Amino acid sequence: MRVTVDPGKCHGHQMCAIAAPAVFGSDDYGNAVVLTDPVPDEQHAAARRAEANCPERAITIEEDAQA
Amino acid sequence: MTATGSPTDWVTDYDIFDPDFVRDPYPTMSAIRESNCPVAHSDRWGGSWMPTRYDDVVAAAQEYDIFTSRNIIVVPPPTGQVEGPYAGVAAPPITSDPPEHHWHRRTILPTFAPQAVAKYEDGTRALCNRLIDNFIDTGQADAAADYAQQIPVRVIAAMLGVPLEMADEFTSWVRGVLEIGLTDPKVRLESRMKILGFFRGQLDDRKANPREDDLITELLNTQIDGQRVSEDYVMGVCNLMLVAGIDTTWSAIGSSLWHLAQHPEHRRQLREQPEIWPTALEELLRAYSPVTMARIVDRDTEFQGCPMHAGDRVLMSFPAANRDPRQFEKPDEVILDREKNRHVAFGSGIHRCAGSNLARLELRIALQTWLERIPDFDLVDPTAVTWAGGQVRGPRRCVVRFGNA
Repeated sequence: MRVTVDPGKCHGHQMCAIAAPAVFGSDDYGNAVVLTDPVPDEQHAAARRAEANCPERAITIEEDAQA
Repeated sequence: MTATGSPTDWVTDYDIFDPDFVRDPYPTMSAIRESNCPVAHSDRWGGSWMPTRYDDVVAAAQEYDIFTSRNIIVVPPPTGQVEGPYAGVAAPPITSDPPEHHWHRRTILPTFAPQAVAKYEDGTRALCNRLIDNFIDTGQADAAADYAQQIPVRVIAAMLGVPLEMADEFTSWVRGVLEIGLTDPKVRLESRMKILGFFRGQLDDRKANPREDDLITELLNTQIDGQRVSEDYVMGVCNLMLVAGIDTTWSAIGSSLWHLAQHPEHRRQLREQPEIWPTALEELLRAYSPVTMARIVDRDTEFQGCPMHAGDRVLMSFPAANRDPRQFEKPDEVILDREKNRHVAFGSGIHRCAGSNLARLELRIALQTWLERIPDFDLVDPTAVTWAGGQVRGPRRCVVRFGNA
């Protein structure tokens, strides 16, 4: 799983870091940064939750192709 | 013409200060949202529009070019009000528009980043414990006045490096701007002048005696493009931190305790599944969002079929947006482990509440400390709870009992 944050859309709500603290963090200004990309398997559910809680819809998740 | 008495048609004549609306605004918000006119209008209180659907509120918040922040108070100030030497002092960045908004906001954001506010955690917990010490043996307390109201004012005062003993005065000044002053322009102006007069003195003190690790000193020394920022800007930031950082967070803490007092199953859930705290806090923020902001329409425009004119006021009802069934399943239910929650309690777009990380920290510590010390409590008299509303909604008197009392 790949995950990206659109810096033009992110306004630092930090709800991704609340939903998935191992995947998302904060820069000096409180805007989201991706901590781990690709996202390890055990963090997939948390990363999807982060996407579903972003009020700015700034997160894009690219699921792995089915093997 | 301004109508008097309680409105009969809320879509064309809402009154955000109507006592029934202040006590429980959600049925009315829902009725407007589900009507064929979800962007309501009213001539009351200087006139305003009020979108109630999530998508409309978010769209207006994103369109900062049309919906400007020249004035963000839900009731306009009277014309011809004289502010003397403080006429140029606003509350940046909340009252700023691009392009200045960018540096106004960027200057203060690092102060409020999650990693920066973490240092206030221990002090906030100690403060909450001291407040509880004051009343725990009596078996009864006003969760709003004795607890919630006492917390953010001291956190903000510590941040600004101003005297904690003045907490009661700060609280009364802020209520004078955001609560009583909303419908009483004289009180609003007097309170504003007291706040700015106080900070004028603080700025003079820091200029004469600069301090280490001091926010006001740092703000005074801030340079943008090689130029020191104006003192009006620094005064404005201090004004914003006091006015926006106190009533709002205190209201969120108070509403959450009011909810928990009536929901033993939620207290138990938090006790037995502490891992749900992060989603629980967001859910309480969604369900009881305290803040409604205003915007001023820049130029004639049509918004969702409504003809808006330059200078019109638009109320950004984040509380209404956060109860929209188009966005939230079972929006009127508090579901502490809600999985999907794109709430906009802190706004949306470039004006996202700069202090949101601090507010969350205060809310979390206030609720966790309370529940650790007072796991079970209920309202003494649900009908005796009083609320403030309009711009910031939350309980102002909320007496609870606990223990064996």
